[in-house]
Amino acid sequence: MIRINCPWCGERNMVEFTYGGDANNVYPGLSEETSEKQYFEYTYLRDNPCGPHLEYWHHVNGCRQWIKVKRDTLTHEVIATVPADKPVGEKE
Amino acid sequence: MATQSNRLPGGGEIDRGKPLTFRFDDKTYTGFQGDTLASALLANNVKLVGRSFKYHRPRGVFSAGPEEPNALVHLRSGDRQEPNTRATMIELYDGLIAESQNRGKSLRNDPQRINNLFKAFLPAGFYYKTFMGPFRNTRLWMFIEGFIRKSAGMGAASGLPDPDHYDQMSRHCEILVIGGGPAGLMAAKSAAANGARVILVDDRADPGGQLRYEQYEIDGKKGLDWINETVAGLEAMDNVFILRRTTAFGYYDHNFIGCVERVCDHLPEPEGNKPRQRVWNLQAGHVVLATGSHEQPMVFGNNDLPGIMLAGAVRTYVNQYGVVPGKRAVVFTSCDDAYRTAIALHDAGTTVVALVDTRKLDSSYAQQLLDRKIRIINDSAIVSAQGNADGVTSVEVHSLSGGGAQRLDCDLVAMSNGWAPALHLFSQSGGKTAWDADRNIFVPGDSKQAECSVGAANGNFSLKTCLEEGSAAGAMAASSTGFNTAVQAVPAVSEIHESAYEPLWECPDPAKGHPKKFVDHQDDVAVSDIQLAYREGYISVEHLKRYTTLGMGTDQGKTSNVPGLAIMAEARGCSIPEAGHTTFRPPYTPVSMGALGGAETGEHYMPIRRTAIDSWHEEQGCKWIDAGIWRRPRYYPQSGETIRDAFIRETGMTRGSVGMCDVTTLGKIDLQGPDTAEFLERIYINHWMKLPVGKARYGMMLREDGIAYDDGVTSRMSENHFVMTTTTANAVKVMANLEFYLQVIWPELRVQVTSVTEQWSAIAVAGPNSRKVIQKIVDIDVSNEAFPFMGASGCVAAGIPGCRLFRISFSGELAFEINVPCDYARYVCEKIYEAGREFDIVPYGTETLGNMRIEKGHVAGPELDGRTTADDLGLGMMMSKKKEFVGKRLAYRDSMTGENRKKFVGFVPADGKTPLKAGAQIVVNENAAPPVEMIGHVTSTGYCVEHDHPIGLGLIRGGLDAWKDRVVYMSYPLRNIIVPMKVVSPVFVDPEGERLHG
Ligand SMILES: [Zn+2]
Repeated sequence: MIRINCPWCGERNMVEFTYGGDANNVYPGLSEETSEKQYFEYTYLRDNPCGPHLEYWHHVNGCRQWIKVKRDTLTHEVIATVPADKPVGEKE
Repeated sequence: MATQSNRLPGGGEIDRGKPLTFRFDDKTYTGFQGDTLASALLANNVKLVGRSFKYHRPRGVFSAGPEEPNALVHLRSGDRQEPNTRATMIELYDGLIAESQNRGKSLRNDPQRINNLFKAFLPAGFYYKTFMGPFRNTRLWMFIEGFIRKSAGMGAASGLPDPDHYDQMSRHCEILVIGGGPAGLMAAKSAAANGARVILVDDRADPGGQLRYEQYEIDGKKGLDWINETVAGLEAMDNVFILRRTTAFGYYDHNFIGCVERVCDHLPEPEGNKPRQRVWNLQAGHVVLATGSHEQPMVFGNNDLPGIMLAGAVRTYVNQYGVVPGKRAVVFTSCDDAYRTAIALHDAGTTVVALVDTRKLDSSYAQQLLDRKIRIINDSAIVSAQGNADGVTSVEVHSLSGGGAQRLDCDLVAMSNGWAPALHLFSQSGGKTAWDADRNIFVPGDSKQAECSVGAANGNFSLKTCLEEGSAAGAMAASSTGFNTAVQAVPAVSEIHESAYEPLWECPDPAKGHPKKFVDHQDDVAVSDIQLAYREGYISVEHLKRYTTLGMGTDQGKTSNVPGLAIMAEARGCSIPEAGHTTFRPPYTPVSMGALGGAETGEHYMPIRRTAIDSWHEEQGCKWIDAGIWRRPRYYPQSGETIRDAFIRETGMTRGSVGMCDVTTLGKIDLQGPDTAEFLERIYINHWMKLPVGKARYGMMLREDGIAYDDGVTSRMSENHFVMTTTTANAVKVMANLEFYLQVIWPELRVQVTSVTEQWSAIAVAGPNSRKVIQKIVDIDVSNEAFPFMGASGCVAAGIPGCRLFRISFSGELAFEINVPCDYARYVCEKIYEAGREFDIVPYGTETLGNMRIEKGHVAGPELDGRTTADDLGLGMMMSKKKEFVGKRLAYRDSMTGENRKKFVGFVPADGKTPLKAGAQIVVNENAAPPVEMIGHVTSTGYCVEHDHPIGLGLIRGGLDAWKDRVVYMSYPLRNIIVPMKVVSPVFVDPEGERLHG
C-alpha cells in the first residue's frame, strides 16, 4: 500500500487518492493557434517509463488538491511530491 | 476408542490432565490440550491421513508446521466445513471433526488409487497435451474430462453460507518483527527497549519458535523458561503489541504487511462476538524478518510413503508433543541437525536402527550417537523405501561410493537435506535471493525496502547467532526510525559447533526411475517429471513450475522448490544459481476468502446512499433500484401492479395532470467567483457569458478527445454565482475534472467549486397542473410571464427560506424543480404532495423518469456511452463556432464527423405492438446469412403512453437523413428475435415543445 506525502496534508495512505495520469503532459491551451496534432498528442500519447515517472494524483478523500508525484514505476518508491502547479524540481 | 499408543508417559508441552476427544473419518480418538491434529493423529498411530492429488497415493504427516504438503484435511462439518486445512497447524479442541480428502468412500480402499497403476500415462504436461490433442472438444473428451477433474483435486467447500464473521484492522508501528523465535524475540526486545512501537507477529499459539521443541539452555535455564520470561517482559511494555496465531502472508509496497490472525480457529466455534479470523493491515517503519527456515526433504524412491517425515518434525513431535511417530526409526541426513533427532528418538525409547549420512565426515554429534550405540552409515543414501498404505516397512541403503547395498526394516524414516531459509516475505518485498555457495543455501540478497532478515531466515542457524543478529537488528531498526540504538545483551548459550552440510539433491537411482522419487508431494511431481520437462525444453524455472505444477500447491513448494530447481540445474549441467529461483508471491500460506472480505459482506458490502426523502418513499411503498451507491425509488406499485403497469400509470397521470419525483441524486456543483462564466465557456460546448441572472441553460461537456461526456442544466443565481447539475453517474468524476482544470491547467481563473449534492434535495414537479401545485408552495409568482421556461430563482418554499426554484423539464411537460436544504426536504416533499392531492398528484420513480425522457427524446447514460459525439446525439448545433472549448478540436476530426457516423434516432415497431430491446443490433435485411452488417443499435426502450405503442431510441449509421420513415430490423440473435421497425424522429411527444413553454 503506497503512502503519498501530500504537500498540504502530510503522509497519507494511497486509498485517499485517485491517480490522474502523466504529469509530463503539458496542456496545449485552448487557442485557435493550437494544432489538432498538439491536442492529439496531449490526449493520446504517453510514455510508459520503467523507473521515475511524474504523475498527477488527486487527494480526493483529503484536501481535494491535485498534486504532482514523482514515483518509481518499478519499485513504487515515492521520490517527491509538490503542488500540481509547481515544478517538481524545486523540491528535489 | 483407540488409545494413544505412541504417546510418551511424560515430557512435552501438552497437558495430560486435559484429554480431548476428536474424530478423524469414522473413528474417535483422544489427544491432549496442546496437541495439533497432526500430533494427536500420530499419538494414535494414525499414519495414513490422505490421498495424493494425482495418483491417489497414500500419504501421511510429513512436517510439523506450515510447510505441510500431505496432511490436508476437511476440518469441521456442515456450514463450517473448511477444505485443505493443514493438520500440522490445527490446534486440537474437544469435539474436533476432520475428514481425509481426495479419496473415495474409504481412505484405505480408495478406488482411484488405480491412478497409481496408470501413472505412466499421467506425466507432467498431461492436461496440456490432452486439452490440445486430437480429442479436444470432442464428446469423448468432455466425457472423460469429468472423471479426470473428479479424481484430481483437493478438498471441497461446504457450498453453504459461512455462519462466522470476519474482521479487518489496521495498525502502524515503527518496527514490525515477523516470527517469534529466538531471533525475533531478541529483535523485539532490543527495539522495544529503545522506545519504538513494536508489533511482534507469530503464527503459533505462543511465540518461541524452535525453542519450544529444542532442548537448549539459555542463561542457565531451560529455553522454554527464557521464552516465557522474555514474552512476559515484552507484554508488560506499553509500546509492544504481540499478535499470536497470526501469519504474515504478504509483504507489499511501502512496508505494508498483510497478516491474518486466527482468532477463534482453535475453538469449536467462535466465542461471543469474536470474529473467526481477522486480517491485520500493518504498516511499519522497519520490518525485521525472523521467519525461520524450512527443512528440505531427501529425494529417493517411494519417499512419499506414510512414516517418512522430516527429521526436525520428528524431533518436534517427540520433544514438544511427547509423541514418538514410530517404533523402529532410520534417520537419513546430509547435515548435523538430524543427529539430534536420532538422539531424541533414542532417548524417548525408540529403536534407532541406523543413521544414514550422505557425508564421509564425522559429525560433531557422532560420539553422542556412538555412546547410545546407534549405528552410523556414512557415505550412503537411501535409494528406495518399501511399504504400503500403512506406511514404510523398510528402506534400501546404498553406498555412494559403489557397492554395499543393505535393507533396513523400519516403520519411521526421519530425513533431513538441510534447512532452507524462509525467504518468502523477503522476496515479496522486492528483494532478490542470493545463492550462498559456501553454505549451499539461498539467502536474502540486498534489501529493496526498509527491512532486514535475522537468524535462520538469514541463513544463520546457530542459536547464538540468532540471538545476536536479533538483538543487533532490533537496535538498528530502532535507530533507523529515530530512536536510541542501545543493543540488548545477548544471553549465554551452550551449543555444539555443527559440521558442514553437504546436500544430496537426488539419491542414486539403481533401478532407473522406479519407484518414483517425489519432489513435490502435494502436486505429485516426481524427478521423472522434471526430467521430462527438461527434455521437452521447459528448462527455465518459471516454465518448469508451470509445466509440471512444481510448487503450485497450497504449500507453495516450501519443501519442493529448492530440490526441484537443483534437479533441473543438474539436468541442464548448470549451477543452482544459474538455474535461478521462481518468484515468491503472496500469500505465504492460504488465506480464507472470508478473512479478506472482512465485515464487508451482504448489506455491508457497500454503503447505501439515501436521499433526505428516503423514508417518505418507503412509506409510499416504492420499489428500490441501485443507482451507483444511491438507492432511488424505481416505481410505486399499487396493489397487483407489475412494473410495466406502474410506469405506464405514472407516466399517464403525470402527463395528464401532475407527478413528482426525487431528483436529489443529480450532481450539484456550486461555482463562485468573477471568472465563473469564462470557466463555463471553456468546459461547455455552448455559450455562458451572456446568460442572464435568474436563468438556467442546458449544457454539454466533451472529453478532451471530443466525445460527449456529461450534460445537465446550469443556472446563474447572481453575476458571479452559478449552480451546475451533472448526471447522477458522473457527479464525482465531473467534480474532480473541474478541480483539475482550475488547479492545474487554469490556476489563474478566480473560481471556487464546491460539491453541494448532499446539501440540497431536489424534487421535480411535472405535468400540466404543476404550476398550480407549485404556486401553492412558493412565495414567488410562477406565472408564465413572471417565471418563463428556464427561469431560476431563490424562493421560500412551504415556509422554508433559502430554497431555489427552476423551471426546467426532463419530461417535456410544463415542469419545475425545487431545491430545498436537505434538512427540510422531507417536510417540503410532504407539503407538495398535500398541495397536489386535489390534482391527483402521483409520485414517480426512475422507471417513469426514464420512460418520459425517452418519449421526449432526451439523451442519457445509454446514449452518452463514451463513443458518441454531440453531433451524433443531435446536439451539434450547440457546439459554438465562436470560441474554443474542451474537446472541440478533436470533435471535428475526420473520424468523428461525416455521414457514416451513427446518429441518434427513434424507433417504432412496424406492427405497433412488439416491444423493442435495448442493446439489440440493427440490420438492413431480415434474412441475410451471417456475417451480417450491423448498421446501428438500440440504446433505450420505453412505451409511449400517449400513442399507445412501444418506442425505442438508438444510433443508426447516417441517422434520420438516411433512414427517416424506412423500415430496418432489430436483431437479437441470442434469442432469435428479429423485429421490423420504422425509423422516426426521437421526439415522440410534443415535438414543437409547446407544453414546456406553456
Ligand atoms: Zn491533501
